[in-house]
Amino acid sequence: MSLLALRAVDKIFGGLHAVRGVSFQVEKGAIFGLIGPNGAGKTTLFNVITGVYTPEHGEIAFQGKNIAGLKPALIAELGVARTFQNIRIFRTMTVAENVMVAGHHLHKASIGSAILRTRAYERDEQALTKRAHELLEILGLAELAGEVAGSLPYGSQRRLEIARGLMLSPQLLLLDEPAAGMNSQEARTLNDQIRFLRDQLGLTVILVEHNMNVVMNVCETIHVVDHGETIAEGAPAEIKVHPRVLAAYLGEETPDAEASA
Amino acid sequence: MRAAVRVAIAGAVLLAIYALRLGVEAAFTEYVQRIILLAGINVILAVGLNLINGTTGQFSIGHAGFMAVGAYGAAFVGVKLAGPVHGALGSGAFSDAIVFNLALLAGALFAGVSGLIVGMPSLRLRGDYLAVVTLGFGEIIRILFNNAAFLGSATGYFGDDPSGLPAYTNFFWVFAWVSAVVVGIHNLTFSQTGRSLTAIREDEIAAEAMATPSTRLKVTAFAISAATAGIAGGLFAHMQAGVRPEDFRFEKSIDMIVMIIVGGLGSISGAILGGIFVAVSLELMRDLQQYRLVLYALLLIVIMIVRPQGLLGTRELHHLLRRKKTAQPATPTESA
Amino acid sequence: MTQFLQQLINGLSLGSIYALIALGYTMVYGILKLINFAHGEVFMVGAYTGFYAAGALGVVGFEAHNQAFPLYLALLVLIIAMAAAALLGVTIEFLAYRPVRSAPRLTPLITAIGVSLFLQNAGMLLFSPNPQRYPAILSEVRFEWFGVIVTNIKLTIFAVALCLMLGLHLFVQRTWTGRAMRALSFNIDAARLMGIDTNRVIRSTFAIGSALAAAGGILFGLDQITINPLMGVLTGLKAFVAAVLGGIGSIPGAVVGGLLIGLAEQLTAGYLSPEYRDAITFLILILILLLKPEGLLGVVRVEKV
Repeated sequence: MSLLALRAVDKIFGGLHAVRGVSFQVEKGAIFGLIGPNGAGKTTLFNVITGVYTPEHGEIAFQGKNIAGLKPALIAELGVARTFQNIRIFRTMTVAENVMVAGHHLHKASIGSAILRTRAYERDEQALTKRAHELLEILGLAELAGEVAGSLPYGSQRRLEIARGLMLSPQLLLLDEPAAGMNSQEARTLNDQIRFLRDQLGLTVILVEHNMNVVMNVCETIHVVDHGETIAEGAPAEIKVHPRVLAAYLGEETPDAEASA
Repeated sequence: MRAAVRVAIAGAVLLAIYALRLGVEAAFTEYVQRIILLAGINVILAVGLNLINGTTGQFSIGHAGFMAVGAYGAAFVGVKLAGPVHGALGSGAFSDAIVFNLALLAGALFAGVSGLIVGMPSLRLRGDYLAVVTLGFGEIIRILFNNAAFLGSATGYFGDDPSGLPAYTNFFWVFAWVSAVVVGIHNLTFSQTGRSLTAIREDEIAAEAMATPSTRLKVTAFAISAATAGIAGGLFAHMQAGVRPEDFRFEKSIDMIVMIIVGGLGSISGAILGGIFVAVSLELMRDLQQYRLVLYALLLIVIMIVRPQGLLGTRELHHLLRRKKTAQPATPTESA
Repeated sequence: MTQFLQQLINGLSLGSIYALIALGYTMVYGILKLINFAHGEVFMVGAYTGFYAAGALGVVGFEAHNQAFPLYLALLVLIIAMAAAALLGVTIEFLAYRPVRSAPRLTPLITAIGVSLFLQNAGMLLFSPNPQRYPAILSEVRFEWFGVIVTNIKLTIFAVALCLMLGLHLFVQRTWTGRAMRALSFNIDAARLMGIDTNRVIRSTFAIGSALAAAGGILFGLDQITINPLMGVLTGLKAFVAAVLGGIGSIPGAVVGGLLIGLAEQLTAGYLSPEYRDAITFLILILILLLKPEGLLGVVRVEKV
């Protein structure tokens, strides 16, 4: 059973058919790429998977269960974490607090015990703080724990979003344009980080990305959409030369032949 | 062991408040005492409203309605309980205390429930719409009390005694409750729940993506803030001879908003300062009543244009003293 | 049946006034996404301007001699009030809303509440908090048709409202500024990038909306006979509900909403109890926001994530 399976998913906004009959499967432990020209429907697909939008048709099976139309908070609890294209960190909270927000499952204490500051509450707080710091370590943000999130440089904010998502202890991590604004050195580091997330933390990763240096080098399977429809799926080598993919990208960047490990 | 320590601290605090009460009653005139009591009640209102408007970023402008529910509820229950409790425990300060606090809790409960009823449908709306709906509900509550015969309609509820409601409210009770509410809300704000509420304010969509049950938390915060307004209402009621719908018009909601805007939306210390400010300015302007609202209005406008974060923004006084780094929004915070 | 027709006529005339005010709310919200809380007070100022203008033009003299106030003077009163309100609206926009236009939505909301409060209380100081009797700018003449009492005032309300709404419709559809207003309501940034002077268009929007509200104010005064400085609070709120009911941002919606609220209020007062005539509007507000927040004629907007 695949970790995530989309079957004939449609998403329509009034007159705009943003996603048309898209289907794909993501196996556990895969690093899966979702690419396509601007406006192809990639972020919409992320939003549908994470429950921000409800698809008009189709099924989204996560670990066998259909999650289409469920609320985002529930889907997150089930083990699907995401980052956002336009970085949505909590700007006025500290770095550590940003990560701790996602720690609901570690914090069983009720509101009453928060108000009364019971021992159970203090224990949960400590566990939460500890876990948050572990994750910040992994993402190289440990020294910035007390800093205000909004004051962080762009790249650190992106890593913070990932750390925050990891706090959910997810099985599936959706990264929306994690390489945006990065130079090639940073992109290479990102590739290593993504592999680390899969190899060391056992995550399955789906990546929406425009930067082909990242996509071609780190993804094992790539699914290409254009105008909401699937136009190709396969290994990077196939996609690089696929005629329909090249045609869709004509006028924008074509997948670069020099992008190799 | 820890529990015992806490009870001891609570006891010490109560003793201190009691001593303070004796001092205040000896040192100040009735006039000044009344201002101090009103300031305390305002602090409860402001700190409670700040939880939902400031920390959670859900702007409600009808909280006077919840204060009314608490006032009427406490007054009514107090009157009905007085007989049985005095019968069982005799009359005197102790049984009065029991009646009063039970009445306050009842008022808070009624207010909290009405907060749930109003909050559940309303909190699906954002920004301007939420504000208008809460305004509508606040008015509906007042209209209902205005037409409720068994509560005296427009004339007001004065209990069964011809001399009006018993004057339970004094310095001790007001400040005991101020302490309880401030500590409670403070603990809530600086907890995982408070973090979640702030996250909802900052970016509700991201918060939900991080498994935050935003609707449930918003409604809970709303109900808690309604309940605290109810406590304030109950304390207020027992400073007057009776409870009248006229005391809970839209102007009261506006007073509450001025309190938290002046102090800084999102700051508990700011809310405390704002509450004191409104009580003091109310009295200072007693002769200039008709100008008071004009000045409050100008104050709101000028603050929004010149310094929207108010006095403290989202910071607390103890943060300033410790020089803790917290972000300063350039504007009163709200969800995206 | 006649009772029903009577309520119908009364409700529609009241509703026409609500519609005139609602247009101002809906146009401003459509462009700035701001609830102009102060709009109800502009309506009030319009009514009072009419009151004082008529006084200055000697309406009391005419009344004392049982003569009808000349029609041309009545029109002059209307024009003066509409102009004054337009000026007030533009001033409010310039002083209070423009400085906070780029701030997150909460700031302008609080500012608008502040302006509304300010005008209410300034009104009480300037105009006296006591209700005033509205002068007979139009002398009342009653007709009876099929048992239903219709006054020339009601007919005037319909006529004036209709003319103004038609005028607005033509303006929005045919003139350059009107088209610019529509462009801004779709996407203000794109409009600015297309070279449209957004400040000018916003000024015009406030001016037109305020002028319409002032006309509503005078009609209200004629119909309800008394005015007071707080008249804008409740009426403004009802007109706002009307705008939401019809679909905020939609001009036809404001008209439909206004008429419906007027009818609902009148029918409630007539058939249920006058006590609840105000409550019915709040009830409608709550219902519409919960069931169909985009309103009857409005468009659902999806937030891009």
